[in-house]
Amino acid sequence: MFGKLGLDSIPFYDPIIVSLMIMTALGGAVVLGGVTYYRKWGYLWSEWVTSVDHKKIGIMYFIVALVMLVRGIGEALMMRAQLAIASGGAEGFLPPEHYDQLFTTHGVIMIFFVAMPMVIGLMNLIVPLQIGARDVAYPFLNNLSFWLFVSGAMIVNLSLFIGEFGTTGWLAYAPLSGIEYSPGVGVDYWIWALQISGVGTTLTGINFFVTILKMRAPGMKMFRMPIFTWTSLCANVLIIASFPILTATIALLTLDRYLGMNFFTNDLGGNVMMYVNLIWAWGHPEVYILILPAFGVFSEVVATYARKRLFGYHTMVWATVAITILSFVVWLHHFFTMGAGANVNAFFGIMTMIIAIPTGVKVFNWLFTMYRGSIEMSVPMLWLIGFIIVFTIGGMTGVMLSVPAANFVLHNSLFVIAHFHNVIIGGVVFGMMAGMYYWFPKAFGFKLDEKWGKRSFWCWLIGFLMAFMPLYVLSFDGAVRRMSSYGPTEWQPMMIVAFIGACIILMGILSTLIMVAVSIKNRHSMKYADMSGDPWDGRTLEWATSSPAPFYNFAHLPKISGIDDFWRQKQEGREAIGTGPYQDIHMPRNTIAGPVISLFSLIFGFALVWHIWWLAIVGGIGMFVAFIARVANDDIDYYVPAAEVERIENEHKQRLEEYREWVKQHPEEASHLQVRMQG
Amino acid sequence: MRKNLYAKAAGLLLLLSLFLLLGGCSSALMDPKGQIGEEQRTLILTAFGIMQIVVIPVIGMTLFFAWRYRRGNHNAAYTPDWAHNTWVEVVVWLIPCVIVLFLAGLTWYTSNSLDPHKPIAEDGEETMEIQAVSMDWKWLFIYPEQGIATVNELAFPADTPVRFKVSSASVMNSFFIPDLGSQIYAMAGMDNDVHLIADEEGTYPGRSTNYSGSGFSGMTFDAHVTSEDGFDEWVAEVKESSKSISFDDGYRELLKPSRNHPVEYFSEVSPTLYDDILNVYHSGEPVEVLPDETGYKHASSDHQEQDGDMAMNAEAAE
Amino acid sequence: MASEAVSNHDDHAHPETHDHHDTGSIKVFGFWVYLMSDLVIFGTLFATFAVLLRGTAGGPDGSEIFDLPLILAGTFALLISSFTYGMAVLAMTAEKVDKVKKWLWITFVLGAAFIAMEIYEFQHLIHLGYGPDRSAFLSAFFTLVGTHGLHVTFGLVWILVVLYQLRTKGLNDMTRPRILCLSLFWHFLDIVWICVFSFVYLMGAL
Repeated sequence: MFGKLGLDSIPFYDPIIVSLMIMTALGGAVVLGGVTYYRKWGYLWSEWVTSVDHKKIGIMYFIVALVMLVRGIGEALMMRAQLAIASGGAEGFLPPEHYDQLFTTHGVIMIFFVAMPMVIGLMNLIVPLQIGARDVAYPFLNNLSFWLFVSGAMIVNLSLFIGEFGTTGWLAYAPLSGIEYSPGVGVDYWIWALQISGVGTTLTGINFFVTILKMRAPGMKMFRMPIFTWTSLCANVLIIASFPILTATIALLTLDRYLGMNFFTNDLGGNVMMYVNLIWAWGHPEVYILILPAFGVFSEVVATYARKRLFGYHTMVWATVAITILSFVVWLHHFFTMGAGANVNAFFGIMTMIIAIPTGVKVFNWLFTMYRGSIEMSVPMLWLIGFIIVFTIGGMTGVMLSVPAANFVLHNSLFVIAHFHNVIIGGVVFGMMAGMYYWFPKAFGFKLDEKWGKRSFWCWLIGFLMAFMPLYVLSFDGAVRRMSSYGPTEWQPMMIVAFIGACIILMGILSTLIMVAVSIKNRHSMKYADMSGDPWDGRTLEWATSSPAPFYNFAHLPKISGIDDFWRQKQEGREAIGTGPYQDIHMPRNTIAGPVISLFSLIFGFALVWHIWWLAIVGGIGMFVAFIARVANDDIDYYVPAAEVERIENEHKQRLEEYREWVKQHPEEASHLQVRMQG
Repeated sequence: MRKNLYAKAAGLLLLLSLFLLLGGCSSALMDPKGQIGEEQRTLILTAFGIMQIVVIPVIGMTLFFAWRYRRGNHNAAYTPDWAHNTWVEVVVWLIPCVIVLFLAGLTWYTSNSLDPHKPIAEDGEETMEIQAVSMDWKWLFIYPEQGIATVNELAFPADTPVRFKVSSASVMNSFFIPDLGSQIYAMAGMDNDVHLIADEEGTYPGRSTNYSGSGFSGMTFDAHVTSEDGFDEWVAEVKESSKSISFDDGYRELLKPSRNHPVEYFSEVSPTLYDDILNVYHSGEPVEVLPDETGYKHASSDHQEQDGDMAMNAEAAE
Repeated sequence: MASEAVSNHDDHAHPETHDHHDTGSIKVFGFWVYLMSDLVIFGTLFATFAVLLRGTAGGPDGSEIFDLPLILAGTFALLISSFTYGMAVLAMTAEKVDKVKKWLWITFVLGAAFIAMEIYEFQHLIHLGYGPDRSAFLSAFFTLVGTHGLHVTFGLVWILVVLYQLRTKGLNDMTRPRILCLSLFWHFLDIVWICVFSFVYLMGAL
């Protein structure tokens, strides 16, 4: 009846998990109780869960990402604590199985359920605004993508309390992930979490690719798009071209595990090397899916806070395109030690180095944007400076790893761990933190607290350096990744430093949360409120509308005549957005199909993990029926009457007037007004 | 106040980097004990040095520009519309290109000269062969010329080129002795190899670097690099063992997953054992995988048993 | 908040405004992009098949198990179905709903014949002991061909849905892009099948 699922599947014997279970249950009860007490279910349902508004979907992506980030950092701390004590033959406080699960979930969560949703969340929030569109190309699919992603995240979190997650590492190398060597349900949780959220990601990729190509405001040619939109476009091209490879590869592993096929088995003609090739044929583009939008964020940030046009716009675009293409011909550098011939290794090594060229050019372009600028040292700018320094070091170690003969001694060591945290924390996380601070007012209508923002930055920077620089050193002495204990006691001091570094990073995350809390508390104060819609004196279209942006984004669609058109309009004193009488606006309706399909997909995935076949059929049919019902529904859009638009726009104009009054009285508070003279 | 904070942070970082440098100098990769490792050290340091041409100026410029062009500095120039300069763009493309061109040449050359499959021995010199098989979770070393085998212990004479043939009787692993240089993957049914040489006697730790399951952390071994005589003595010691191993006898016993496996000697080994292990994966028959009974989950119904099991493993490690 | 206030305002007779993008063409374009990502899945499976071609593990290779005349019959059924779908689209542009339905039914029958052929082939092979778990080659073969078959099956279901909607709604802005998307899908599957037929069956049988 319940397949492999039984009462003994719940790890009551593990005190860590049981206490987590109690805490989660209590936390869940508080949240649910709170929502019920304040009667917010209806509001949540109609304004968030069923919403097809890209801005709200983007915010929800970010919230889920932050929640998962807390779990991910918890796992990191446990691992670092374990290694700080499990020296010289000591077992530490975690048995190997538990430790193995931790590094697997840590990798999966941080990449798929933290970095990806942050990147996709920012894209959702900003891209349609930057191109002057009212929504994405397929609003319903956007909602569905989000909920499928949540479904995947739920599956990962269920594995914490029911059964176990994989213990195979985040990429589940075969044959270790095959049924012979991993007979438990852990790998199955991995499979269905990634498969379901991966489908959502692919749909997002298609959605934003079409949105950017087809929904741009009149006059916004490709080479007038903001860089963040460009990098998002390239990231979505990468999603469309690479995620199907992941889907196919995991499907083959699934067939091996469920139907006894032999794609990646040791025996009967299977080929384990093919798994490694396929997974990295997706895996390498994946890292560029994450980093390109972060590059885009920094390009926006540097131009805004230096109050200067981005240096070398065209170069920036072509560098992005070059990285996009090159990212598909470097995957073999993840396994030079597999024993391919010297020339094959050399080819992939050199291709990898070539990627460093456009990346280096981008760094120089940011630098020359700062050059002769008027730089406001606000929080995003700090993240940018930290990013350039940390990312440059990470890039350097990346090039070192890409030399095959050097890779033969650095591969699989802590050097690799230090390197990719160097680029993912220094690049993606710093970028997302900068983006969050920069665009927060656009999403919520008030600014984030600067003091806590700076604290968060310094904690992250110092914590990162302390946590990962020692790993470079340890790697030179043969310390490898994924070991749960080690012999040489001389490694222990460095491991302790790394643990302290991880604790400081935790303080950084807490500072971020405090920053949000403090800002919410002060949201009505004039210092925090963003009444103008353009708090940083921005350059791109998202700042042309009010904060938070109305659900239809723009009352009049903007007309674009160049790069940074909004900035130029402000300089020339022109009216930013077209005027004239308001018209009815065509908008998509909310949908329940997205959440319902995703709920069934969760049931479907969970049932397959535990081999509860009847429930899997229920889930599959549920998804199908819900989809057909959606297809049969013709009532999917409506018109916002012009009078309603006028009312909302007048409210904004009134706030704008209030703000101008206030600035006149407090010129010292509007830092962007204090600009140096041109010289 | 703010200045103070920055100074503190800078001091902390300086201290940290000193600490790190000290740690790095005497490490296995920076003070290798064999020719391959030495060439790899030179390569790493060369690549590192070359890249400083970009890294140091970039970091320096970042900090300098951020300070110089801060909003409060009214002495610095401000050109809000300056966004293109052909010369600057040419230079920022050219510098990385030149560096990568140099590194590409170096990569091409060293990928061939340090190819793990390439024999080290020059004309007439003899190469010793040792076969290494990764198992759950231990290493089986077969000496075809000496007719002996060991588990989790290696020995070979200094200044003798050694060819390690590497395969697996389980999942993927990677064979690595950091002091000597290159590692190579061990994969079931695949005959991989790596050529290494040691030029100094001593005991060097070796291990699997590729995660292979719950016993992975204990997949370590010692590689004893000895004199010619010392090696003969070691072989004689191994030959005193009462155990022998062949594919049909003793191998299956060894296949059972075990953690922190103690060193074992086999005085006799069937000459076809390595090939037998390779060929079983190409036989067209399913290969049996023995269940892992060492884990704590399997003993979880009885905690006493679990603790006892762990204690035993810890003992074995000592 | 505001969206709720106006959510009951329903006005389908609204004139097209200048900002109203042509949703029909955007749908078809998006479907194109989806097909490209689907193509990557098939590309992966083809690559897998090529790698595992020799992984027969003592079992049969292609030349021993492929029944070319049967496959050829199925291939013709699928090729002709592409033509008949083309006729359905022509009928749609001519606004002849009855003809659209007729051609769609013919397409459906041909597609179903193709699937029947494939099911017969699969169960025959499994019956002989050459199921997908026998060897890596057979795993790759069943998966590649089966994935295509699943797509065709999905296409058949889609044809039924379209037929139903044609009966209830007729040709309108909703059904038209769907028929066009399905047309793309159907031709795409035809092209994939030509590749399967050439690379898997013809080259395998040689």
